[in-house]
Amino acid sequence: MAHPKLSPWQYTILGLISICAPLGDTCLSRGMTHLPAITLAHPATLIEAVFTPWIAVGIALLIGFFASYLTALSWADLTYVIPATAFGNVIVALLSRYWLHESISLQRWAGIVLITVGVGFVAQGPSLTVRPAPVAEEEQVR
Amino acid sequence: MMMPNPATQPGPWAATAMIAAIVIASTAGEVLTAAAMKSIGDLDEIRAHSGLKGAIRAVITSPLFFAGVGFLAVAFFSLLFALNHLNLSLVAPASASLTLVTNAVAAKIFLKENVDRRRWTAAVLVCVGVYLLAH
Repeated sequence: MAHPKLSPWQYTILGLISICAPLGDTCLSRGMTHLPAITLAHPATLIEAVFTPWIAVGIALLIGFFASYLTALSWADLTYVIPATAFGNVIVALLSRYWLHESISLQRWAGIVLITVGVGFVAQGPSLTVRPAPVAEEEQVR
Repeated sequence: MMMPNPATQPGPWAATAMIAAIVIASTAGEVLTAAAMKSIGDLDEIRAHSGLKGAIRAVITSPLFFAGVGFLAVAFFSLLFALNHLNLSLVAPASASLTLVTNAVAAKIFLKENVDRRRWTAAVLVCVGVYLLAH
């Protein structure tokens, strides 16, 4: 079925893809760096790590990302959805600039502009490749 | 964080092979997952008719989905292996940006997606952007 224009709900799914993956990775990173070093001699500590707050939140966000990603792939092309995942890098960079007050080099600003323009390019076009219906099906409809 | 030992840094061919393994496995995983979701149909519609359980059942009973997840797991462990030998500043931007282009090529060939000039331009812009942002 063709979806010439995405609904607000579908744009929300694409937004969740962009936000959940980088936030999930950040939570995992923060959780793991606050834990003592885990060695292969004590693998059970890795299981315990799953139940610490930051890592649990990170895993929940990554599950949210994967569910949104699969949902988007069910009604949009892969080449339409992939740039949305890349846009997460821009969100992380802007959060680090305006929330954590980190400095962003000119090279990174150039990267942000290129990704934003690229995502804008794709978003302007159709979300799904529409294939002509098979002749037999068309005749059945008539 | 442990940094790769410079004394045991692999040569350019070994580094290329490690990054290629990530890119190939990742692209195969993404394309198979996308093919699985296209064959299942619109998940929002399935959820409206059969509920969340029905949507989850539709996904986890698809062999293509498991093949895709299997390749994504291979890509993840290839990434861990590469990070054990190479710097993150090389592996992350190189694999992320190359995967964008290989995905566009694979989507055109295997999924028959209409990758027009607009999408090629976007793939290249995002590819260079990710490289600049992560490098």
